[in-house]
Amino acid sequence: MSGIRVYPEKCVGCGACVPVCPVSAITLKEKKAIIDLDKCTLCGACVSACSFDAIEIVREEPAGRRDFSGYRGVWVFAEQRDGEISPVAYELLGKAQELARVRNSYVGALLLGSGVRDRALQLIERGADKVYVADHPDLAHYISENYTKVIVELVEKHKPEIILAGATTTGRSLVSRIAVNLYAGLTADCTGLDIDPDTNLLVQTRPAFGGNIMAQIICPHFRPQMATVRHKVMPESPVDSSRQGEIIDAEIPAQLRDPRIKFLDFFREMTSTVNIAEADVIVSGGRGLQDAKNFSLIEELAETLGAAVGSSRACVDAGWIPYSHQVGQTGRTVCPKVYIACGISGQIQHLVGMQSSDVIVAVNKDPDAPIFQVADYGIVGDVLKVVPLLTAQFKDALARK
Amino acid sequence: MNIIVCIKQVPDTTEVKINPETNTLVREGVDSVINPFDMYAIEEAVRLKERYGGKVTLLSMGPPQAEAALREALALGGDEAVLLSDRVFAGSDTWSTSLVLARAIEKIKEFDLVLCGKQASDGDTAQVGPGIATHIDLPQATYVRKIDTVHLDADPRVIVVERLLEDGYELLELQLPALLTVVKEINEPRMPSLRGKMAAKKAKIPVWNNEDLGIDEKTIGLKGSPTQVVKVFSPPRKTGGKVFQGDPQETVPRLFEEIKELF
Repeated sequence: MSGIRVYPEKCVGCGACVPVCPVSAITLKEKKAIIDLDKCTLCGACVSACSFDAIEIVREEPAGRRDFSGYRGVWVFAEQRDGEISPVAYELLGKAQELARVRNSYVGALLLGSGVRDRALQLIERGADKVYVADHPDLAHYISENYTKVIVELVEKHKPEIILAGATTTGRSLVSRIAVNLYAGLTADCTGLDIDPDTNLLVQTRPAFGGNIMAQIICPHFRPQMATVRHKVMPESPVDSSRQGEIIDAEIPAQLRDPRIKFLDFFREMTSTVNIAEADVIVSGGRGLQDAKNFSLIEELAETLGAAVGSSRACVDAGWIPYSHQVGQTGRTVCPKVYIACGISGQIQHLVGMQSSDVIVAVNKDPDAPIFQVADYGIVGDVLKVVPLLTAQFKDALARK
Repeated sequence: MNIIVCIKQVPDTTEVKINPETNTLVREGVDSVINPFDMYAIEEAVRLKERYGGKVTLLSMGPPQAEAALREALALGGDEAVLLSDRVFAGSDTWSTSLVLARAIEKIKEFDLVLCGKQASDGDTAQVGPGIATHIDLPQATYVRKIDTVHLDADPRVIVVERLLEDGYELLELQLPALLTVVKEINEPRMPSLRGKMAAKKAKIPVWNNEDLGIDEKTIGLKGSPTQVVKVFSPPRKTGGKVFQGDPQETVPRLFEEIKELF
């Protein structure tokens, strides 16, 4: 029987496991950890917290080991809209090449759409050895049901060992369906992927709890091993026009279109031209701006830097800026190279959405604001004074360039 | 219109603190709440019921204490609730969790719509909603920010929704029954009414275990879950940021010198 065990002879009663339990299932009794099995969800947080290997999660191995020797290849889902391949696909191709080298196998790319066949070359230039193309009018717009059908057939036929997709609104919804169909393991929103040299398994590292904890996840008894990967974490694979690759036309299933779901229309909607999920630089405004009209200061700095405009929840709730700009727990998680937080105090719900940015710059009048705890650089001061000066300084520098 | 809302009980992140010495999350004494994203799903279900009639059934898989989340959701306007709780469910990953919820939804049988929050605030996977839809074979729309129209008199009955994307939104038409996951933009959840609170207090919440659902134990819990967590650790935290204080005429040029190379 699977479950969790405390080894009393190893437990020293230090209590390190008690506060990390998310469901408060652990208590100390006579200097030994006791786990309330009615509360425990077997999440494993206590196992990692114990320095004495006194807690173990016991897993019953699935009966009859499956043979995975036929599974080979690292596949990437190449997301596209209107034939334009999303940059996250190139990030995935970079990682896929690295993994394929270690596994001594190949990189495959999945390209689904209508009139997209010639885009396969772009994927080859970026590192794909094989591109599986499904080109059909019914695949013009992403519909998870239809895309799943095509990809599940390809996977069953070619048996890749690993499948990666971007952790985007499309990627997350699509591969969830594929994984359930295939009875495969899927890890969401990974920021690290490596092959374990001893087991040859894919070790998937992902933030949980809004980035406050990290988890490493493996999938030993199921194939393919699937993961969505956070955008902007891994570098794009460079273009190499001398690369050669194979284009394979996928079989289009007879019943391609699920009649129960129909795409009607798409509306582009971004008040500024730069999308916060894709941006290298984000300038965000918060309550410290005091008034809707002061958001223009943020927009001006963003425009000067070629940056996207972000916002804290407070400004969205006040109606100063649309929801699509909201960064944080109930908005978007972003990971730009530079994040400039202006007049944002840094509530944990905001921090979880931006704390993995490469460089964080904060401007806030309160020196004790939590935003300064995650900032690389900061100014304590009034945003209404600091931001225009900063904009002027950058404008000046750009004019002299 | 009969609606099933799947909810999860999660630790309240507004209360979570980091222990600076050990760099671990301090969860002791932290309250459990309904996953914030599920609040929008509950509210949307109640609004649809108020408009089109029918009932709202709340569903949650979790340890026995998750009953509190269901009771709280009943106070917000739900009609019935079922808790899915069994030792054999513990340790389920998103694959197995969505299977358990799917089998329970099939057991409830009469439903037109399943609503979920876009993701849970503790795991952040966004995989369980689409997982349920796939296990039952329902059409799905994720990240729904608005239900545009509901055509209950049409044949087949359809719903038109706006699905939020990174760069805009798309309009999708789905036949009922269907599954939607919703984002914050869809509504503003109400506060529980006094009457709702009273009714929720008295409500009987049945607990279904795996004997009720009859799922092959090889496909649930630790054993049936394809993914395994091998390690949980705290990410290294940033220290030693350079923060300038004083007259902006002086601090801005100093900051500029530090960051100008980044652009």
